[in-house]
Amino acid sequence: MAKQLIKGNEAIVKGAILAGCRFYFGYPITPASEIAEAAAFYLPVVGGTFIQAESESAAINMLYGAASGGVRAMTASSSPGMSLKQEGISYAAGSELPMVIVDVMRGGPGLGNIAPAQADYNQMVKGGGHGGYKMVVLAPNSAQEMCDLTMLAFDVADKYRNPAVILADGFVGQMMEPVEFPEPVMELPKKEWAIQADAQDEFRLVSSIDLEPEELEKHNVHLQQKYAAMEANHVMFEDYQTEDAELVVIGYGVVSRILHSVVDELRGKGVKIGLMRPISLWPFPKNHIIELAARIKRFFVVELSDGQMVDDVRLAVNGKIPVQFYGRYGGVVPSPDEIIAQIMKKNEA
Amino acid sequence: MANALIKADSFYELYERKSGIQDVTHYCPGCGHGVLHKLIAEAIDDFGIRERTILISPVGCSVFAYYYFRVGNIQAAHGRAPAVSTGIKRVHPESIVISYQGDGDLAAIGGNHIIQAANRGENITVFFVNNAIYGMTGGQMAPTTLAGQKTTTSPYGRNVNSEGYPLKVCELLSSLEAPVYIERVALTDPKNTTKVRRAVRKALQNQIDNKGFSLVEVLSVCPSNWKMTPVQSKQWLVDNMIPQFPLGVFRDKTAEIPNRETIRNTFDQSGVREKLEIPANEKQVQYSLQPKMDFANPKLVIAGFGGQGVLILGLGIAQAAMQAGYNVSWLPSYGPEMRGGTANCNVNISRERVGSPLVTKPTVLIAMNLPSLEKFDSKVEANGLIIYDTSLINKQPTRQDVHVLGIPATQMADELGNTRIANMVILGAFIAYTAVLNKEVVFDALPNFIKRKNLLPLNESAIIRGMEYVLNKVTN
Repeated sequence: MAKQLIKGNEAIVKGAILAGCRFYFGYPITPASEIAEAAAFYLPVVGGTFIQAESESAAINMLYGAASGGVRAMTASSSPGMSLKQEGISYAAGSELPMVIVDVMRGGPGLGNIAPAQADYNQMVKGGGHGGYKMVVLAPNSAQEMCDLTMLAFDVADKYRNPAVILADGFVGQMMEPVEFPEPVMELPKKEWAIQADAQDEFRLVSSIDLEPEELEKHNVHLQQKYAAMEANHVMFEDYQTEDAELVVIGYGVVSRILHSVVDELRGKGVKIGLMRPISLWPFPKNHIIELAARIKRFFVVELSDGQMVDDVRLAVNGKIPVQFYGRYGGVVPSPDEIIAQIMKKNEA
Repeated sequence: MANALIKADSFYELYERKSGIQDVTHYCPGCGHGVLHKLIAEAIDDFGIRERTILISPVGCSVFAYYYFRVGNIQAAHGRAPAVSTGIKRVHPESIVISYQGDGDLAAIGGNHIIQAANRGENITVFFVNNAIYGMTGGQMAPTTLAGQKTTTSPYGRNVNSEGYPLKVCELLSSLEAPVYIERVALTDPKNTTKVRRAVRKALQNQIDNKGFSLVEVLSVCPSNWKMTPVQSKQWLVDNMIPQFPLGVFRDKTAEIPNRETIRNTFDQSGVREKLEIPANEKQVQYSLQPKMDFANPKLVIAGFGGQGVLILGLGIAQAAMQAGYNVSWLPSYGPEMRGGTANCNVNISRERVGSPLVTKPTVLIAMNLPSLEKFDSKVEANGLIIYDTSLINKQPTRQDVHVLGIPATQMADELGNTRIANMVILGAFIAYTAVLNKEVVFDALPNFIKRKNLLPLNESAIIRGMEYVLNKVTN
């Protein structure tokens, strides 16, 4: 197949349209704006609809309305925008609406800056909105995966009637790489529950309210069963040189690319090092971490944050072996040399 | 025509979604919601649109409107009903979407949403119930609360000096171009109620005819929170609310806007790859390339002023390398930097999988101005290559352990008649010096990164000039 050199952000839109998405609601923000721009350019060409919403809140609620109608639809933003969308995300989870939400993370907190960061892990993976809910969160590390995981996200969202998230960073969004685009999805899943424009089922309703505690608890139990099925079926990770490793580094998104270089360089010097890259941040590959912990000496986690995913690594490891952490904040991306120095330093300690 | 004594077909026979008694509503005695619900349900019946009506229930007393209306129902977050309406209406343009909202919902937390939906001219119908108070939460101050009116959060009366004046939604929205129909009515006596009935029908008919945005503000009583009997509260509405919120038509373009056909959405994936400009599958062309030893898997930093074509140079190298079968990545500096000032990009070209897209130790530095040379000079790997534009940089790189190639690229570009193709002169020099790529693949790639096709010959000339410069220099 022919490859196309393309920005990660643009690959998301092409992947989404190939997956059958025809509705995009968004608000401009760096470093995610190319997603809105590509959606505005391509959606009218394929008979779709792009709306530049008046706010992030409007965008997620337009998406809520569109998803209620049974179509594949999406939004995208970057960190401060995701904070604003959290209300709508919680409603979508409560009302069981499938949709795809993309967060191209930037430096924070507050207005921060537009450089790449990974400090939205807690916000997006742990449920930044109110109430208890879960979403499959996928973390691409290449332009190819920006396309592929977006397509997968639509499938997962539809399968479970639940929002699904692409959690990327500024570099993966802005970077251009060759992408082989898959064939389009020709037929979309039927949604018997959706609000249609004709022959309304008399009881068709999209809602997250239930005043009766026992009834709302039943709804929550149903959601938890759904999350358990998602957890059982959608763990994704990639191992690199872990077979004989004594030290395994863990990172997602652009960090995993840098760690790939770290592993190559240290392997060249005879260090038994490997890389484990979570692709699904929820469900987190905890069982795989438990397996690794039984045969290696230490984990070394790198994030573009104060250390958020590392908590999940530590929960899985449960104190069995050391879990070391190195993070840079505010949009600073560490070099392979810098990480190698930290790995060596912590080995001596 | 609906019989006033017979329940509308657009209501459920029994309110099964409601707990407790299922043949009466949850609304308080005397409340206006019940009457307005009835007028809407009868209109839906009479227009024969029940099966395609979608009601957006807000947050507020009418949050449970879906208990009653036998239509498609979506419950929305507080204030967001116009955005939710927009989403579903755009998906199903043939549906009839009703955004039913109270004053706290529409005029406070959702103020921007209603303004913007109205301004977009969304083809929806909004019924806005104004009772000057938050009902569901127990009688707090609303944007529409009257001056001096006591509520649980304005216990000493609304003070206009600190809490402002009652918000007049119809007046506000009628300053916009797009809305088709805006009217304020009141649920008081039978005469006024007839006007409400007429307004409800007109606002729905406009949507059926695809004319655009219609909003009916309905002044309504809240006996429970006003702490009055239903009869007293109706009098209070007449005496106090109507003077503040005058009744009448604020906008009516119904007659001048023609009825429009409904354009339904259809899902069609045929030809989608072409529409997305995804390249067709072509046979991979084999290029004979023998990169010089030091440049087998080069990592480039390309830097200069914004406007020198630094990013497009990197893109061109990446595009050609991809077509030559390499793995590649291109990473720009982005954001404020790309709006003037300096620009740089990182390019990886490799026969192996590309690790970090970020190049911190380049094997090739292309510097198109002095600040770039000074910034990245020391970072180049030993035995690497520095290419710099001697027409703009009057200083030599300090490194002794790297290849250095100075080329008067800007001067050569000027000689070709366009300063902006200095980047292509450099591209020629890069491929001639390193042999990572050759002329054939770069020329094949050129149309994929130079969008203006009439400039292709000029770019080709510049590349050839750059190559010749290097080959002459090496020969001499």
